[in-house]
Amino acid sequence: MLATLRRHPALQRLLLIGPSAAVIGFFMVVPLGLMVAVSLMGRNIYGGVHWGDFTTEAYVKFLFERNLDDTLAFNPVYLQIFLRSFWLSLSTTVVALLFGFPVALYMTLQREPYRTVLIFLVTVPFWTNLLVRNYAWVLLLRDTGLINGALLGLGVIDHPLPLLYTPFAVAIGLAYSFMPFMVLPIYASLEKIDFRLVEAAYDLYAGRLTMLRRVVLPLARPGIVAGSTLVFVPCLGAYVTPALLGGSKTMMIGNLVAGRFSEARDWPFGAALAFFLLAMVLLAMLLQALRSRRQAEAG
Amino acid sequence: MAVSAVEAQGVTKVFGSGAGEVRALDEVDVAIRQNEFFTLLGPSGCGKTTLLRLIAGFEQPTSGEILLEGQPIAGTPPFRRPVNTVFQSYALFPHMSVAQNVGFGMEMLGKDRRTIAETVERTLDLVKLGGLAGRKPAQLSGGQQQRVALARALANRPKVLLLDEPLSALDLKLRKEMQIELKRLQGETGITFVFVTHDQEEALTMSDRIAVMSAGRILQVGSPTEIYEKPTRRFVADFIGETNFLAAEVVAGEAGSLRVRLPGGRELSVLDAFEHKPGQTVTLAVRPERAELAEGGAEAQLAGRVENLVYFGTDTTYHVGLEAGGGFVVRLQNREGARRRHEVGASVGIRLPAEAVQVLRD
Ligand SMILES: Nc1ncnc2c1ncn2[C@@H]1O[C@H](COP(=O)(O)OP(=O)(O)OP(=O)(O)O)[C@@H](O)[C@H]1O
Ligand SMILES: [Mg+2]
Repeated sequence: MLATLRRHPALQRLLLIGPSAAVIGFFMVVPLGLMVAVSLMGRNIYGGVHWGDFTTEAYVKFLFERNLDDTLAFNPVYLQIFLRSFWLSLSTTVVALLFGFPVALYMTLQREPYRTVLIFLVTVPFWTNLLVRNYAWVLLLRDTGLINGALLGLGVIDHPLPLLYTPFAVAIGLAYSFMPFMVLPIYASLEKIDFRLVEAAYDLYAGRLTMLRRVVLPLARPGIVAGSTLVFVPCLGAYVTPALLGGSKTMMIGNLVAGRFSEARDWPFGAALAFFLLAMVLLAMLLQALRSRRQAEAG
Repeated sequence: MAVSAVEAQGVTKVFGSGAGEVRALDEVDVAIRQNEFFTLLGPSGCGKTTLLRLIAGFEQPTSGEILLEGQPIAGTPPFRRPVNTVFQSYALFPHMSVAQNVGFGMEMLGKDRRTIAETVERTLDLVKLGGLAGRKPAQLSGGQQQRVALARALANRPKVLLLDEPLSALDLKLRKEMQIELKRLQGETGITFVFVTHDQEEALTMSDRIAVMSAGRILQVGSPTEIYEKPTRRFVADFIGETNFLAAEVVAGEAGSLRVRLPGGRELSVLDAFEHKPGQTVTLAVRPERAELAEGGAEAQLAGRVENLVYFGTDTTYHVGLEAGGGFVVRLQNREGARRRHEVGASVGIRLPAEAVQVLRD
């Protein structure tokens, strides 16, 4: 048996790749194929689809509304939700970067045992359920919550600030939820920087901020790009956080898709929306890859 | 007298604390003159880099003070000191091209683009890297990287240039070339060079003055000739060149002149800078090429037998076993051609001219 294998390298290769190919096939290709299939089927108003009833109606619905006389009218509602998701994810990424970078930098500058403790602490929020963590923000942000309560008590404001159920609340919640995804990759690339380069920059008359901008930031770029991608992509598909902190006013793609499968019982449309989301993410990542390749070639 | 370019006053630097405490510098006093090629010479770990880092401002002294052109600079951050460093580890910016590296300091000083471009080009030519301006540091050899580090520091024309073993990665030929180049540059630019090396030959050939360091202390400061001809300490005499040490007893002495009894009983008059007293034991240092061999006889101060001889072409080195115990090395130039004057096993006397004998402080 082994002898046969040794004589056929192609067979060997197949056996080696086999398991991972099976896993990818089963957990990625099949579900995605199913999703595409569902998105192209007729809707069953009790849930599910009418198999074999082929239609592109779900994709048309994304941008157009069908009037009674069967003419199409432009309907920006879904597009708006997509744009909002995009915009919110982008803001979240920026917020996470602004807070995450100094944290990672601080961690890098600590001594060894303390540093390991800090890495450990950054991952602690992951130990509790996402739902619970977001509920904590509800308690903080609501009208009778800690923040409004404190501000009212101090007499800074007369009426509670509308914090909860706003895009702001969603961005905060998302940034909080995905912060470790930002901090850890940045930390990993900062940690690799030779500290003597910092001294060289100081030696060559660069002040502290210039040094950060000209030496540390460029060298931490891979970590910043990885962290931003790791925050941005899951933000686009976020479900729990916008549901709890955004309410119905700040719906994101995730909530929209979930709604199509549950209350609306419009599986094809839900699948089509999910497919749009996937396309958006892939497009964003493709652009990023092209950009960094062009930069690698240029510099 | 003109104000010193750099001065250290009682500078001590201690790393760590408690049991792990390292005294990298111990009460260092030194004054480096303007436009001087000053070399710190000493074995690995003696504190050379630490002294440079204190001058550059990367470390603060535990006690004592550093002055730049007479001004204390304790509170001045490195980026405000008119001092540039050629790092032992090069520390080139990996994401910048060679030209960007070299131009970085001038860019920070706000020089205009034209000036920067011209200076970069000129400085790169100087270190013979003219064609490599567009490369990244990772695409250079170790020696080339070292020359970029040199150019990067030189380009800014600082008041003081700190060079931490800047030639250590170069091959012998390039190293000799760069030594001459550096020396010329230093003379032309008027920049004060503080040069670190543990290569004694490099120190002797390049420096105006040398400070010999050991275990965090400066043992002797002087011109290459002084350091070589008139070492004051055993470590200095031993570290630079080859030296014979003799223990001798002071039999009489006054005002800078001593009468000492050598091993074997003969007496000798020598000059002494350290006020040794009769009865004390002193260490004498004699360079092998300053001693002479005699066919036994009365005028020799030491007697022994040739144990080994090594012929070098220009000179011959005799390893002599002394009758009073111990060995002594004598190097004679082969002026009379290849004729050997003394064979292995021959009895010889060693003559020590008074000016060849250096009485050490300790
Ligand atoms: N940051 C530090 N922490 C602890 N000890 C240090 C530190 N920097 C230097 N030392 C110690 O101080 C002493 C002097 O070090 P330094 O780097 O000045 O030596 P050096 O003369 O430059 O040696 P080399 O020729 O090997 O470069 C050494 O014993 C070294 O271990
Ligand atoms: Mg060193």
